[in-house]
Amino acid sequence: MKYYTYFPGCSSSDGGAKAYGSSALAVAKALDVELVELEDWNCCGSTPYTSVDELASLCTSARNLALAEKRGLDLVTPCSSCYVILSRTNSHLKEYPELRVKVGKALAAGDLEYHGTVRVRHLLDILVNDIGLDEIASRVKRDLSGLKVAPYYGCQVVRPGPSFDHPESPQSLDRLIESLGAEATPFPLKARCCGGSLIIPEEDVALGLVNKLLDSAVGGGAECIITVCPLCQTNLDVYQGRVNKKFKTHYKIPVLFFTQLVGLAMGMGIKELGIEKCIVSAEKILAGYIER
Amino acid sequence: METKVQRSKTLVEEICAIPGGEGILDCIQCGTCSASCPNASRMDHTPRMLIAMARAGMREEVLSSNAMWFCASCYLCTVRCPRDIKPTELMHALECLAVRQSLSNERTRTPIMYRSFSDFVYSIGSVPEVGFMTWFYLLSNPLRALKMAPLALSLLKHGRMSIKARRLKPEAERQLRAILDKAEVLGGMS
Repeated sequence: MKYYTYFPGCSSSDGGAKAYGSSALAVAKALDVELVELEDWNCCGSTPYTSVDELASLCTSARNLALAEKRGLDLVTPCSSCYVILSRTNSHLKEYPELRVKVGKALAAGDLEYHGTVRVRHLLDILVNDIGLDEIASRVKRDLSGLKVAPYYGCQVVRPGPSFDHPESPQSLDRLIESLGAEATPFPLKARCCGGSLIIPEEDVALGLVNKLLDSAVGGGAECIITVCPLCQTNLDVYQGRVNKKFKTHYKIPVLFFTQLVGLAMGMGIKELGIEKCIVSAEKILAGYIER
Repeated sequence: METKVQRSKTLVEEICAIPGGEGILDCIQCGTCSASCPNASRMDHTPRMLIAMARAGMREEVLSSNAMWFCASCYLCTVRCPRDIKPTELMHALECLAVRQSLSNERTRTPIMYRSFSDFVYSIGSVPEVGFMTWFYLLSNPLRALKMAPLALSLLKHGRMSIKARRLKPEAERQLRAILDKAEVLGGMS
């Protein structure tokens, strides 16, 4: 049994990526990983908040780290954006002593202190490096051979780093797909940007980026895409229809969370993993494998 | 009698005072950031140009630019910069300075979106997507909300839209508020 403190983030807990959170917990349990949710966590600090009021954003983020420090375990999140923000708070506090003093004073107003000892980790890192691909392969119960999967990393799981994988041509998700028995397809833009939250205020800009990604994934022969971030999944899945409308394209490629694919391979069901929540339906592509 | 006039800070000094902004001094104008940026073609000035303009003291032009607001924080420039100056952080620093001056920017709705988002973090500690989106459309352009209706319906149909916001326990909410109020008294980053 391995133990971690778990930080779901707003989107995977109760937002549009609920299925990410629930499939992550289901898969972790099946792999003997205990993810104990950080009690009364708040927003990670978020990029938007960082850009409007940096000190407040850092303090928001530091409250989570201070709470996690009391438990003394690594803090794991499935959200790439939370991962980057919480890691950035750690490195900012280390790099800028004056800032550390200010944040310390603010935390003290809430009877908290933070000593900078929490290691922030992404769930993909836990699966690939702590549990290990051999162990995961040994738990596979369903034959996924022939399923062509595009591994989409996006940006923030590997950048700015230092991270557990290469910042521009990462491999961990590719290897995970192979260890599940499926096929990782060539995907040149696998670590390029989906536009992130710009999809809301500047939709045209983000749709252009999503279009390129979908084109790259489909061009590599993929039948589905897997992601490691709620925001990436939203942009590629929920906005796929709007990309088709804008660029007169005909994409119909399902976008799963990587935990859903792991769960499928381990024999879990579509409903149990929340796969029916995908806007671009994945059931048809997966049907053949479910019945095997 | 001699009066000492205090000189106001230059733009570069203000940028340097924000953690992560100090890298601006090391830029060699190689353009790697602009070449790596997925959104550079949509910006009124590329990241490299923006840095040059800031160093030339072009305060108004820099702070009213849309460039930093089109940064999606993909960090490609940051991992490639040969001088390790972290252009992504520099963009955040410029956003902070621009916000101190004014929120309105005719060339982008991003500042308003960021503000709606931040309002939620400040008031309840989390970001319920429905509430936040509604707030953003009200603040920016309520008519655009209509265009988003089909997308919202599809999310609802697939069980991906929670109307109810996740709330922290009252004592946790009070704790967060105490921390943020103290942060405000401490007066920002610089």
